[in-house]
Amino acid sequence: MTMSTLIDAVTGPSAPAPAPPALRMRPRGLTAEAVLIRRSITHSLRDTEALLMAVLLPTLLMLLFTFVFGGALDPSGGYVDYVVPGIILLCAGFGASSTALYVARDMTTGIIDRFRTMPMRASAVLTGHVVASVLRNLFATGVVIGVALLVGFRPTATPAEWLAAVALIALYILAITSLFAAIGLAASSPDAANAYGFILLFLPYLSSAFVPVDTLPDWLAWFAEHQPITPVIEAIRSLLTGTLMGDAAWWAVGWCVLFVAIAAVWGGRLFRRRARRR
Amino acid sequence: MTIAIEAHGIAKRFRRVEVLRDLDLAVAAGSVFGLLGPNGAGKTTTIDIFTTLVRPDAGTAVVAGADVRRDPDGVRARISLTGQSAAVDQVLTGRENLVMLARLSGLGRRAGRARADELLERFDLADAAARPVSGYSGGMRRRLDLALSLVVPTRVIFLDEPTTGLDTRSRGELWRVVREVADAGATVFLTTQYLEEADRLADRIAVLDRGRIAAEGTASELKARVGGEVVQLLGPDDEVLAERSTDGTVHGLRAAVDEFDRTAASTADGARVAIRRPSLDDVFLAITSGPAEPARRADLIGSKG
Repeated sequence: MTMSTLIDAVTGPSAPAPAPPALRMRPRGLTAEAVLIRRSITHSLRDTEALLMAVLLPTLLMLLFTFVFGGALDPSGGYVDYVVPGIILLCAGFGASSTALYVARDMTTGIIDRFRTMPMRASAVLTGHVVASVLRNLFATGVVIGVALLVGFRPTATPAEWLAAVALIALYILAITSLFAAIGLAASSPDAANAYGFILLFLPYLSSAFVPVDTLPDWLAWFAEHQPITPVIEAIRSLLTGTLMGDAAWWAVGWCVLFVAIAAVWGGRLFRRRARRR
Repeated sequence: MTIAIEAHGIAKRFRRVEVLRDLDLAVAAGSVFGLLGPNGAGKTTTIDIFTTLVRPDAGTAVVAGADVRRDPDGVRARISLTGQSAAVDQVLTGRENLVMLARLSGLGRRAGRARADELLERFDLADAAARPVSGYSGGMRRRLDLALSLVVPTRVIFLDEPTTGLDTRSRGELWRVVREVADAGATVFLTTQYLEEADRLADRIAVLDRGRIAAEGTASELKARVGGEVVQLLGPDDEVLAERSTDGTVHGLRAAVDEFDRTAASTADGARVAIRRPSLDDVFLAITSGPAEPARRADLIGSKG
């Protein structure tokens, strides 16, 4: 590396005198978002352990619940139809939890400072992680449904109902990913982010995901009935297998939108606050 | 002389800690400016304010013609920051890092790729371009970090302790690169704890102590402030037994030697006297409340007048 080549690196090739200094332009439209979504997707694809987990976990859970617990819970063999929505949400929650880790990692390394000292929306980094998580977990959902069909899942949904179910699942993934992203912003380190997020992963167990709510003790049944996961489960179950919908869909959409809003406001505040001090 | 960075009365406190108070600074365009100071003196906060990461509580700072408070995007369009922790994406390859940053700096796809290849070649990273950064050595990572700062040849480049944690060879390489960047016309503002680094690289040096500029000048101007030759009493293995700063006169040197004569150490086997030019170390110790042993500091300051 010689002096002249380095001068070229700074001013452009064959510039005898220093060229007028260039300006760093603001990326046009949603370019920053597109570039950083692509970055996060690349991260997901190169994280082989996480990718393997995204395929293995749904497969193993599906097999476990169908063949190990299924017989005891419903000897007639219909448990697989009952349990699919629960496993979808369980896997989506698990897959989304790494968002907290990715966000915390970006916030504690120098990369966020570099973006913040450029004329761009630094928050595009978060958009990138959230969108990548939604895509990643929709893929995991596809794996769940694929394995479920292989082990005897017989959905009755029309194409419109499929579409609605997938849209609701995507909305749920967006909601839980946003929460995890905010947790990643609140955490002081990537390890802490991992630990805080753990609590969210337990919620599906205390819902109608695996057993009907009325089989639970009264106090737990009340919680399971009114916690946000249950209406989401019930709505997906109704769309896919034709069980009673009731007002589950409204509650499901309402909860998810509320969580996205909370995460956006909370995360926005955290992001601005952390802007001032690492 | 054009001014690249101008700060007046900058103050910043975090909760109860007063990090900067009444900081004044002017940096000439096209120069390398070294900000020197012990840990916790406020070096990084100073850079954070100039690069719009942190808003000052009081005072004004104009960087490359834009006010950091009123026109932060104007500043951001004209600066690059290489922070203390390497701002590179570990998962992406070297080329992907550069292309990403080029795209985020407003370059088109094709222009971004061309610029990335150019920088990889010139920063000696072409062979490692397709490898994930996680496999890079510390020196390579720093070179990539600096290349990322040069994706757009901005007017002012900030380097926060650019060589911390690097081995001697990588440090030397980086010094050369920084020097060349400055020779190409950019203003370089760097902080460092290494006096040798400031001595070798910086056209002007400011010593930051407890949130204020305690001294400013060229390296030789600063050295002249400490006084003349330093007289040392060395042991048989060249270890420094005692040290006195002098005013450089015959009388001053003799007084220092006489002082050694009165100590028991001077009669030890193989003890001898040596004379050296004052170093930036002496300046640093004399000016700052840094991590020097109090006894030695007192010696230096006591013998100054």
